[in-house]
Amino acid sequence: MDAKTCLVLLFDSTSEALLTEKLLKGSGIPHKIIPVPRHLSSDCGACIQFLASDKESVCETLDGRVDIRDICPIG
Amino acid sequence: MNLMGKIIYMDNAATSWPKPEGTMKAMAEYSHSIGASPGRSGHRMSLDAGRVVLDARESVSELFCVKNLLRVVFTKNATEALNIAIAGLLMPGDHVITSGMEHNSVMRPLRLMEKKGVELSIIPCSPSGEMNPEDVSRCIKKNTRAIYLTHASNVTGTIMPIADIGKIAREKGVIFCVDAAQTAGVIPIDVEEMCIDILAFTGHKSIFGPQGTGGFYMTEGLEKEVCPIMTGGTGSRSESEEHPDFLPDRYESGTPNVIGIAGLNAGIRFIRSIGIETIRKKELKLTATLMEGLKSIPEVTLYGCGDAKRQTAVVSFNISGMDSSEVAMALDEKFHIMSRPGLQCSPAAHRTIGTFSAGTVRLSLGYFLEKDDIQAVLFAVQKLVQR
Repeated sequence: MDAKTCLVLLFDSTSEALLTEKLLKGSGIPHKIIPVPRHLSSDCGACIQFLASDKESVCETLDGRVDIRDICPIG
Repeated sequence: MNLMGKIIYMDNAATSWPKPEGTMKAMAEYSHSIGASPGRSGHRMSLDAGRVVLDARESVSELFCVKNLLRVVFTKNATEALNIAIAGLLMPGDHVITSGMEHNSVMRPLRLMEKKGVELSIIPCSPSGEMNPEDVSRCIKKNTRAIYLTHASNVTGTIMPIADIGKIAREKGVIFCVDAAQTAGVIPIDVEEMCIDILAFTGHKSIFGPQGTGGFYMTEGLEKEVCPIMTGGTGSRSESEEHPDFLPDRYESGTPNVIGIAGLNAGIRFIRSIGIETIRKKELKLTATLMEGLKSIPEVTLYGCGDAKRQTAVVSFNISGMDSSEVAMALDEKFHIMSRPGLQCSPAAHRTIGTFSAGTVRLSLGYFLEKDDIQAVLFAVQKLVQR
């Protein structure tokens, strides 16, 4: 997964990140769970990287099921 | 009868034993190959630990028909969960309602709040431990904040009319908190249908998990009104010195008992594999056999509603002329039967059924017992009576 073509989902807690992982896995959307890049947040938890082209289906899958703090580019 | 010296464990209302193989296996597997802190780092072992906890949250949410699994919080037992629900919510001037069949896990935190200016109404129950929902309805006042009620008594097993009282609480806008320590895993619970706002459960009884596990479900939005009783590190929002306001982190400070939670999850998987109805049916049959047998011994006084269908697998009795401790000791030493004498941490329930302060001998059955074990207990009680 090339960081340039990816976005990350930021959450308030790792529980939300792991629930998201479960939901994305269930929908077959490629993703990777990574430590939160320090320039994005001072949080010590995990976030989820996915292809920018999948943004719509990611949002559809998570709608109403997970609280997303932010969606942003990695760079 | 039990001449082989086999242990007959009938203290399942305290802690279930034995546990399914899967419970021990899940705990060993976690310890061997994961072992890290969940939610505190991005490395694979920490993430795997987080996945173990998340899977367990999902299992608990399925067991209680909870829609959002992040509304399930883990604590060390039902007592901690109830303390959060009581001490975290109530303020001086509030009025609360409970029953005369409660365990001290509800009664003591409520008595403590009473000293701080909370008004407490204890609904009397019948000598068989039963409660009339209309009595609750009549007791609700303008300042009634919450109803705290056991799902089933740990002394008589009597099942409370939870769904009826839930409906009353919902209609009157009163928070409804249920102590499911004696029922979670063996009596079906639907938090939506039963209008339960907070459901406290423990992992070490009918859920077949280890000691040191438990938790609660909390309805959406109630976290704004319930303060945590413990704050600290959660792995989330580490930049802030203010405690998180979202679930489950709000009530889960410090490194959780992941090894125990892994065991709890395996316990729920075991329940799923057998079927909660099958477990209940077997326990009900054993309980009915035990009750019938005890009823036929004239020197025995049996407590509770007398109908296995309206209670859990908990049977309280006394033998005339014998102290409950004496009976329990003889059952252990002579017949290898584990029971629990005395008040079982529920003085209120014993006042209700008329056995305060002598208490009763409590036999609490479980899924792993068989008909032969019941016969062995009945044989033992008969021998004690003949002495």
